[in-house]
Amino acid sequence: MNAKTLSARDMDFILYEWLDACQLTQRPRYAEHSRETFDAALTTARQVAEKYFANHNRKGDENEPAFDGKTVTLIPEIKAACDAVIETGLTRAGRDYEQGGMQLPHLLSQACFSWIQAANVSSSVYAFLAQSAATVIEKFGSADQRQRFFQPMLDGSFFGTMCLTEPHAGSSLGDIRATADLQADGTYRLRANKIFISAGEHDLADNIVHLVLAKIRGPEGVEPGVKGISLFIVPKFLVNDDGSLGARNDVQLAGLFHKMGYRSSISTAMNFGEQHGATAYLLGEAGKGLTYMFHMMNEARIAVGTGAAVLAVAGYLESLDYARQRPQGRAPDNRDPRSPMVPISEHADVKRMLLEQKALAESALALCLYSAKLVDDMHTHPDASGRADAAAMLDLLTPIIKAWPSEYGPRANDLAIQIHGGAGYTREYIVEQHYRDNRLNPIHEGTNGIQSLDLLGRKLGLNGGKTFLQLLVQMSAAANAAQKNETTAELGTALQQAVQRLGTVAQFFATQKNVPPSALTANSAVFLDFMGRIVIAWIWTWQATTAANALRHNTADKDFYLGKLQAARYFIRRELPRTVQQAELLMTLDSTCLDMADAWF
Amino acid sequence: MKVLVAVKRVVDANVKVRVAADNRGVDLTNVKMAMNPFCEIAVEEAVRLKEKGVATEILVVAVGPKEAQEQIRTALALGADRGILVEAADAQPLAIAKILKAIVDQEKPGLVITGKQSIDGDNNQVGQMLAALTGMGQGTFASEVNVADGKVKVTREIDGGLQTVELKLPALVSTDLRLNEPRYASLPNIMKAKKKPLDIKAPADFGVDVAPRVKTVKVEAPAARKAGIKVKTVEELVAKLKNEAKVIQ
Repeated sequence: MNAKTLSARDMDFILYEWLDACQLTQRPRYAEHSRETFDAALTTARQVAEKYFANHNRKGDENEPAFDGKTVTLIPEIKAACDAVIETGLTRAGRDYEQGGMQLPHLLSQACFSWIQAANVSSSVYAFLAQSAATVIEKFGSADQRQRFFQPMLDGSFFGTMCLTEPHAGSSLGDIRATADLQADGTYRLRANKIFISAGEHDLADNIVHLVLAKIRGPEGVEPGVKGISLFIVPKFLVNDDGSLGARNDVQLAGLFHKMGYRSSISTAMNFGEQHGATAYLLGEAGKGLTYMFHMMNEARIAVGTGAAVLAVAGYLESLDYARQRPQGRAPDNRDPRSPMVPISEHADVKRMLLEQKALAESALALCLYSAKLVDDMHTHPDASGRADAAAMLDLLTPIIKAWPSEYGPRANDLAIQIHGGAGYTREYIVEQHYRDNRLNPIHEGTNGIQSLDLLGRKLGLNGGKTFLQLLVQMSAAANAAQKNETTAELGTALQQAVQRLGTVAQFFATQKNVPPSALTANSAVFLDFMGRIVIAWIWTWQATTAANALRHNTADKDFYLGKLQAARYFIRRELPRTVQQAELLMTLDSTCLDMADAWF
Repeated sequence: MKVLVAVKRVVDANVKVRVAADNRGVDLTNVKMAMNPFCEIAVEEAVRLKEKGVATEILVVAVGPKEAQEQIRTALALGADRGILVEAADAQPLAIAKILKAIVDQEKPGLVITGKQSIDGDNNQVGQMLAALTGMGQGTFASEVNVADGKVKVTREIDGGLQTVELKLPALVSTDLRLNEPRYASLPNIMKAKKKPLDIKAPADFGVDVAPRVKTVKVEAPAARKAGIKVKTVEELVAKLKNEAKVIQ
């Protein structure tokens, strides 16, 4: 059976009908593109996803990477998958033609990557993580570092990692203990224990280039806090001037983590400099390590959101297929035991679970692809203010793009399991793996708790609150447009009220000058959910308007658009009203959790 | 040596087709279209011949609607050098073969490669008709193709096993499933394909009348399978096969 991954129809709707991707071809960078080249790229991505990624999604889960104390063993399909995305150019889709790229808009690159992630999220890590690491070196590295490390990473012969977390410091990176000592030759000797390092050891590439956060030791020790953090290039093998591999660096695999899901992606504990110190090269300026790393963080967080969203879509499609084929029971108004059983998709409660998944999954993917378009606007919008606005909007929305899909993607997967009943609790069906794979997403690349602090503490006040206001205006305009159409008026009105609610609560938080920060941050998680819910209501209302307009002309595909409208109604009627209660709670600055004493647990 | 490859735009192999409401064909509204899988194999074989230095130029030809340009572009992205689209929607096998014959006469390829059949009509005719019209030797249902010394050796998949024929060039080869595994269009090559020449022609340019000669009376979905039953004895089974299913005498 073919794995259900994404809906090509919905992808077309998002890209071409809702976000008008073809309009991007008017920008000089994308002038050579057209719907045809976009579709051709998507086709290649989809074919590679089906053939090289979907083929071992289950096998990779059942055969996690092994370490015998000397070498690491991965299933061979992972190497074939990495080779396929490199050879077809999917890892370089957005890069310049001169770099072997396709100059594909980020929106389309992200859509291509979605197919790969949906087919096998954990095997997608290796080659694409390598490209993220490569971009950091490209942006901040010296000419020599670009030549020595970036170039082979770009062509796929070296892979890379990002080493942030240490056993005692994960979210709190200011407290890392990794040190680097300057040598006479300008290099550093680095000593660090890093954990949860994805792709830390494997034989998929000739070399592995680790990007490691560490603190430079001066005469008075290291500088405390995040200001002391620098970023270093630490290759597994040193690279000679002619590009050939040199000596093995003092970088050792200490062990593997045995994860709940995401198992094709090897997660390692790495020891740097156990013997005499690992040879390390400072990237950019000292003390700017976190800034450099966070340059990639927005994109990494969008990728996490997208991964969570596509797993939600995959689970939805699997459970929909199952529900349509699984006969069980009869309609409530038909008690005749001789009549044939009906598929469970006809039972109201199963419809509820399918519709909730659709409402959560499709909007999450739409939000992520909308954010990918913001990345395009940030780089290629014709005017400077458009570029700046897009960058700020992306900054504001990033915590939601990361946290909402990763919070509610697993919820959707949970419903897919429920629809499968007892079968869903067995490993014979893929939905339990979707759930386990997706459960990583609220955790990595900044936990959702961190996202909520980021939203409340930094992002709301971005540009003096101007960006937040722009979002309110944009959402309100979408509500207005929906109100003008009979089919969507109900949605528009509800969204309009919700936007006001969001404005009121944000205003309330902004004016709480006399309370300790803890009183505000104790409510950050509720605020994140509250605002995320309204953002998703906006996405649905906006999509509903697109669908309602399409229905006037496109009668052939009626069911698709009616499905969009119904999912929008579900979200607005059943999910959005929770924001009323959340707003009330937020405005009291509820301190129930904060006041809980440790001894009372 | 120039290689001519014929490709066809068809419903994507993964689409579950439905019979159109008027029973005149299948419903193609909003249905994903793609290159016929056997034609993909034909393109791949040509590209491999070029990589081996046997072929010097690959010309890809489609007879189909305007949108069939997409399939030609795909072939160009896979490694073909130039394309010709002859715009004729719903052309039938004989008309397609006649158009291809005219192009063969003009272009004089050393080898013509077609798919053995297209997955929409399943006719399995164009290759054979084209060979007959041009007088070329034909090696159909190929699972292996070797070109050397002005000849092509073709291993054919036939009912009883494999048969190898040797044909003098120019010749026609039609591809079977196991001939090769087609590659995917790489992203940079998709862009390069845009710059490769693609000529658009009409059937009249070749003096071919594409008016249909075969009339489709009616298209129906296969009858739904009925639920099975359990029989108690072999005798009962044999009786049912004889009297109800009428498959044995």
